[in-house]
Amino acid sequence: KMSEGNFTSPLYSIFIINKSGGLIFHKDLVQRKVRLTSNSYLQIAGVFHGMYAITSQLAPTKEVSSGIKTLEADCMKLYCFQSVTGTKFIVTTEPNRNDVEINEFLSQLYSLYANYVLKNPFYDLEQPIHNCDKFQINLNSLIENMFSVSL
Amino acid sequence: GMSRYNTNLQQVANNTWNKIDKINTELFTLTYGAIVVQLLKDFDSVDDVNNQLEKMGYNIGLRLIDEFLARSGLGRCRDLRETAEVIAKVGFKMFLGFAGTVLKMNAKKGSFHLVLEDNPLIDFVELPAQYKDTLIYNNILCGVIRGALEMVQMKVKCTVKKCPLKGHDVTQIKVVLIEHLTSEIPVGDEF
Repeated sequence: KMSEGNFTSPLYSIFIINKSGGLIFHKDLVQRKVRLTSNSYLQIAGVFHGMYAITSQLAPTKEVSSGIKTLEADCMKLYCFQSVTGTKFIVTTEPNRNDVEINEFLSQLYSLYANYVLKNPFYDLEQPIHNCDKFQINLNSLIENMFSVSL
Repeated sequence: GMSRYNTNLQQVANNTWNKIDKINTELFTLTYGAIVVQLLKDFDSVDDVNNQLEKMGYNIGLRLIDEFLARSGLGRCRDLRETAEVIAKVGFKMFLGFAGTVLKMNAKKGSFHLVLEDNPLIDFVELPAQYKDTLIYNNILCGVIRGALEMVQMKVKCTVKKCPLKGHDVTQIKVVLIEHLTSEIPVGDEF
């Protein structure tokens, strides 16, 4: 089953979710066995946003706990970074990936977002990222440089 | 205690400053001046211009905060004092090129003053008599602070208390915390 997918990139997908749980950016770097519709992606983002909150609430600690930072499955690992402003940056990768490296990637992704999306005066805050070519180009460069893939 | 914390912020400020691209401040000063003059032509009252400048600043602040957080690597401030110090030492340095200082810190009242000795916005500017008492030339800064802090769930009100264009020796902005927007704090985070 696995061989039907195209997994040449160690990085599988990238998601950016706004502070209300709306998906504003999504990029697949590998071909999925089962194609998902754009609505499915929106739903997935919304559910993840909820799960992130539940995880935080379920934590048995006295201090406030963060939500999901990593999530592991047989075939993939998911990493999530939430900014102080409430935007979530999520990547899925092949399993057994180096945490430090991926967290660094998330940090760079946040920088790219702050630079090429937010600073674009024609970008509407909290809305899906359209027409931010510089963001896409620089993101591709970042992925190519960090993971030695060609896009 | 406080002095070691301040040195730490100093380091963050310097590291961030070294990372970012620099432009000629003159272009920045002239561009801002052109905007103010144009607004004075477009709007009937000076009050309207002051509001427009604050609004512009607010929209900038909403966008600038993530850039600030991403570049500086700083997380959520623990209290209002830390917020004040971070804006003055790191924020001002990063975006205006000059660090400021915090005065009249009052945690109980939830207010503080930010003081800038050097302010690139007002270089070469002289206010004509008709605007001296009414135009708040620096009002864009008030908006930027308000917008930026709102995105980290703090509702504040900012007013310019002193300005060299009005004969004072420094630029001074008073920031008052109206409320923490607790319902907006991202889940899994705390203030």
